[in-house]
Amino acid sequence: MWSRVKRSPSAVFGLLVIGLLIAAAVFAPWVARNNPAEQFSDGLTIDGRPLPPNARFWLGTDLLGRDLFSRLIYGARVSLLIGVAANAAALSIGTLFGTVAGYFKGWTATVFMRFTDMMMAFPALILAIALAAILRPSLWIVALVIAMVNWVWIARIVYGQVLAISQREFIDAARVLGVPTSRIFWKHLLPHLLPTLLVWGTLGISTTVMFEASLSFLGVGVRPPTPSWGGTINESQSYFLEAPWLVAFPGIGILLTSLAFNLVGDTLRDAIDPTLRGRA
Amino acid sequence: MRGRVAGIIVLMLLVALAAPTWGQRGGKTMIVSFKDDISTLDPAIGYDWQNWSIIKSISDGLMDYEPASTTLAPHLAESFSVSADGKTYTFKLRRGVRFHNGRELVAGDVKYTLERVLNPKTQSPGAGFFSGIKGAKAFSEGKAAEITGVRVVDKSTVSITLDSANAAFLHTMALNFSHVVPKEEVARLGADFGHKPVGTGAFMVKEWVLGQRLVLVRNPNYFLKGRPYLDQVVFQVGVEPNVAFLKLQRGEVDILGDGIPPADFVKVMGDSKLNKLVAVGDQLQTGYVTINTQVEPFNDVRVRRALNMAIDKSRIVRIINNRAVPANQILPPLMPGYDKDYKGYAFDREQAKKLLAEAGYPGGFRTTLYANNTDPNPRIAQAIQQDLAAIGVKVELKTQAQSTVIEAGGQKSQAPLIWSGGMAWIADYPDANNFYWPILSCAALGPGTWNWAWYCNRDVEKMVTDADALVQSGQAAARAARFRQIYRKIMDDAPWIPIFHERRYTMHSARLGGVAGIFVDPIHIPVHYDEVQVLGK
Amino acid sequence: MSGYILRRLTQSVFILVGVTLITFVLLYALPADPARMIAGRSATVETVASIRAELGLDRSIAVQYGRFLSRLARGDLGRSYAQKVEVTELLASRLLATFWLMVGGIFFELLIGLPAGVLAAVRRRSALDRSVMLSSFLGVSAPQFVVGLLLLYALAYKWPVFPLGGYGTPAHLILPAVTLGIAGGGWYARMMRSSMLDVIHQDYVRTARAKGAGESRVVVRHALRNALLPVISMIGLDFGTFMGGVVVVESVFGWPGIGQLAWQAIQIVDIPVIMGVVMVSAVAILFGNLLADLVYPLLDPKIRYG
Repeated sequence: MWSRVKRSPSAVFGLLVIGLLIAAAVFAPWVARNNPAEQFSDGLTIDGRPLPPNARFWLGTDLLGRDLFSRLIYGARVSLLIGVAANAAALSIGTLFGTVAGYFKGWTATVFMRFTDMMMAFPALILAIALAAILRPSLWIVALVIAMVNWVWIARIVYGQVLAISQREFIDAARVLGVPTSRIFWKHLLPHLLPTLLVWGTLGISTTVMFEASLSFLGVGVRPPTPSWGGTINESQSYFLEAPWLVAFPGIGILLTSLAFNLVGDTLRDAIDPTLRGRA
Repeated sequence: MRGRVAGIIVLMLLVALAAPTWGQRGGKTMIVSFKDDISTLDPAIGYDWQNWSIIKSISDGLMDYEPASTTLAPHLAESFSVSADGKTYTFKLRRGVRFHNGRELVAGDVKYTLERVLNPKTQSPGAGFFSGIKGAKAFSEGKAAEITGVRVVDKSTVSITLDSANAAFLHTMALNFSHVVPKEEVARLGADFGHKPVGTGAFMVKEWVLGQRLVLVRNPNYFLKGRPYLDQVVFQVGVEPNVAFLKLQRGEVDILGDGIPPADFVKVMGDSKLNKLVAVGDQLQTGYVTINTQVEPFNDVRVRRALNMAIDKSRIVRIINNRAVPANQILPPLMPGYDKDYKGYAFDREQAKKLLAEAGYPGGFRTTLYANNTDPNPRIAQAIQQDLAAIGVKVELKTQAQSTVIEAGGQKSQAPLIWSGGMAWIADYPDANNFYWPILSCAALGPGTWNWAWYCNRDVEKMVTDADALVQSGQAAARAARFRQIYRKIMDDAPWIPIFHERRYTMHSARLGGVAGIFVDPIHIPVHYDEVQVLGK
Repeated sequence: MSGYILRRLTQSVFILVGVTLITFVLLYALPADPARMIAGRSATVETVASIRAELGLDRSIAVQYGRFLSRLARGDLGRSYAQKVEVTELLASRLLATFWLMVGGIFFELLIGLPAGVLAAVRRRSALDRSVMLSSFLGVSAPQFVVGLLLLYALAYKWPVFPLGGYGTPAHLILPAVTLGIAGGGWYARMMRSSMLDVIHQDYVRTARAKGAGESRVVVRHALRNALLPVISMIGLDFGTFMGGVVVVESVFGWPGIGQLAWQAIQIVDIPVIMGVVMVSAVAILFGNLLADLVYPLLDPKIRYG
């Protein structure tokens, strides 16, 4: 499998990007040129406007005169954690629910899927505000809320997929024949679910990062002046026509991250794809 | 098959092109854009900056302000007189004033209106303004069937007696809460009165489509002849400020109700064609940080003064594109009682650190600053955070929804510092005591108070009560002098850090005109609807 | 089938009650006092107390919830704290607009996403496939506010083909619906591509080699049917989420939908309105998922639920 990954140029590129981003996040204090929270007096024009990219501030400054490059480097910590970890958590929970419901059907499915419906109908924003008020706002609450909210979509999709796959792959027959459940799951279900999970896992990074921004806006997540990619976009988007770099650069960051995971994931999926087994 | 699809697409494009792309406008109609839907037009209930001026155009009070000024003048009242002890006001009403339903206004309507406001069932936010009327308290508590202090002398004369002299009483008779409403319409419409209000004002409600628009139409029988100038005012709601700005440039909107979007502000003021359309003025507003005197270490006045010296106010003003002027005192410049000679606390980091050391905090300390989360308040809060860090005060920021911050401020020892932006005090009426009683007085203290500094100085309270007794118009200068003294004393106690006074920038289309200052009328925000005219035809 | 529908409807009622209960409890736990917000900044302690009593907010949560349920049974959702208008009237005024935006949004999502996904699957690893992938990620990652603003600036301001926001004619619907289509189309494209590939690849290549182009078209159609299953799930999900309101698009385009109403209500803790919106949203979600579940067996007759 690794040989396949190494041979694919796009996967290598993807891994490189992911590696760079993680390195930047971990070694932020050394990579960033300035303190991300420092509001420079000369970071704004005389009438208070942010500066476009220049020699001193590589990616320009934000609405408070802070170095955007430094903020994005530090922001990678928040956004990578949320975009990857919270998303992965949501993915796992959702897959579990959807698979169990689609596999066992009947009453199990009813209980699981109705519970899913209820969680979907449930006003997550209000839960987030209530949580932030009761507990101290932190990134973990954000991750928790995101995981709690996003798993429902995946659960529904996976449920439908498992129903169809079960028919196609004669899963019921396998059950009757006494094939162990774990074998059915790993050898027959998961390979067909993987493409779906990949799509949701990679596209989900973008939406999750933006969701974190909304939650932080409501006071649930990171507190100012802690930077995050989504937060920078959120606070600057109405200035888009005047200061597009404030949206473009974090946006590119989010795009690159989800693309990179997608490239790696695609190659991984090809490696596991049963229809390609044995082929070059 | 493909041909049919192409045909449908072409048809859709034609429909899109042919569709009307601008608002209906004929004759003297003005279009105002707002982001939020208008809440209510019931004068007893409406209390946000958006519906305040609209209500002023639909109903009237005994007193009002001359256009573009803070000068009080009789309005529904033709004249008034004050008794020698300053406690009884007698108003003679104009004859021939009619409600929109045709009935003539009589003195009994004034009494009905005040009793309606003070009736707990109405849930009026303004009941507190009239609690000084004799018998008001007994009435609100249900112990009396009427307010004994309001007396209908005859069909066009009403007298109001107060418990004690209050120099600001006439201002309360100009507040929306006292605007006269007809009893029969309130009875008929019940809770829907706020949606279909009836008054004596220059405009009547023609149509209100929730979430989309409110249309006001001229009242042909308005008692001020020649007003209003416009035939119609249309309020388009749900319009994002950035989009409203585009619409204004295309001629689809006449007034940006929410102001120039911050993103475009510098561009507009720098463009010679656009900045002609912007009227600039001052507001009765101050943005400030409240320092909770009940929370350590802020119970020490030296610490509070140190904080006052630590803030670089001109930098903060620059962050909001110079849309404000730095403040050194509590009252805004337009307010009588403003002290233009007062220097306040200079920006001096070294001195601030010295004061902190004196108070026992040479290494600084940790604390929390609350702010609401609508732009630009988080930014301003972060700027304040950085300034305080420079003298060793490490601030944790809590930017939350407005309702949460307000709630925190009203709890005794919860919020040490609050940036008031977005919730900041804009005067209810242009009198100096309005900046004291609700937000700095001992009387206002209690759970849910808006005196977020939990400040109480009995000496100052007595000074204000005494100043409020200077009722006669000839004593106005003396009263202003007293308030200058009062606010200086408060600034010595430093319960607040005044940061800036916001200025008004009203952008309007070229076709509108009016008396100078009409677009930055300090009482009517964004504009005085009765006084705006369409130039040209 | 009708038995299945009946069971689902019964379950939905229970779910609705559960959702309202949890929402009610959460709102009760929020550190904001609606009475104080209504009373405003100049109110005396007595005024706040009397407003609280008038609104019934001084009673225990059990009593309040009981009152809510009994009024709900009569079809009364109460009056908004801020606007004093009946909640049912507020919702009704925005329901139609929300519905049309939902229809338009899903339409453009499918229009943009499905053909792109099919082409990407059929021409796997080609330049077309890669550009579809890039565009999908771009569309999903781009903030809806910015996309909407750009569309308005380009197509309604600089070159006035469409109206500058607002509501009323089909022309007003196009730009906001396209914005939703751009944001969501990428999901459909990727899912379409992904599930088609799951079936198509082996059969397609083998058949194409053996029999020539005509037969491969049959294979594509077979894969399409298989791929539509998750698409149906997603449409069902979109139905529910769009009917709950899409506040960003509504704000930019001035579209009088439920999203704006909900957002404003949450800021000022206007409990009756929040409850009303949550209920509408919940009904829409349950309905959307039910529809999707009913359609599955039509696409794949072998699917069984029990």
